[in-house]
Amino acid sequence: MTLLLTILAAVITTVIWYCNEKARQLKVGTLCYMFWGASMMWLVDAIFEYTKLRAEYFTPAAEDMLNDTFLGVSVITLALVIWVLILLVKDPLNVVKQALRKN
Amino acid sequence: MKEGVTMSCFIVPVAEAVVTTIVTKVIENKEKKQDAEKLEQGIRVSSFDKERFSNKLRRLNYLLWGGAGLLAFEHLWHGEIQPFFPFLTAVSNPADTAEMLNEISTVGVSMAVLVTASWGIATYVTTRIENRKESLISAVEMKGAN
Repeated sequence: MTLLLTILAAVITTVIWYCNEKARQLKVGTLCYMFWGASMMWLVDAIFEYTKLRAEYFTPAAEDMLNDTFLGVSVITLALVIWVLILLVKDPLNVVKQALRKN
Repeated sequence: MKEGVTMSCFIVPVAEAVVTTIVTKVIENKEKKQDAEKLEQGIRVSSFDKERFSNKLRRLNYLLWGGAGLLAFEHLWHGEIQPFFPFLTAVSNPADTAEMLNEISTVGVSMAVLVTASWGIATYVTTRIENRKESLISAVEMKGAN
């Protein structure tokens, strides 16, 4: 579930990055790298787990699935928080600088 | 601890990310020096030139740091790493340590290889496209000159 959610997030952010010039300015690319990197790593993890569990891998217990979903959502939230921090620090549209100058 | 194959496998991508980040910095400095030399010689250094290798390498850094960072969070979630010494919970038990080392050498290395290979393929394809564009531009320029 964590892998699925991360791949979904990677695909969505990539489409947003591709379609939207403003999104590219806002460094959505950073999010794409984070999600694709994590997706590839979890894919390897899933393959190794599949070789151990075989068909059982696709029938997880409801509790495990819920925990994995919760983890996946938390991972996406963490990535979004990191992206916002990078955005505020790099300030590509000079919004923070202008706000600080006004004060 | 979670039953599965995720103990400390993120260590390998992190180690690779550290190395590639240092290499990127070194290459970036070299490229800057080369550009300065070119400018001194009067050779044009424009934004139309090929993409620098340090830029390409930076993408690998982002993939490795981003992926390993989120993976580290998963390990924290499962209680496999802790914010104090010895950081890896598996280190406190010899049996767990052996399993952890086995996972680092199999899963961790595979993760690093997959990310690097994907980056390598993407870089190869983009470089080919870049070269093709460049040869098309020079062909058009040659036609114009004739």
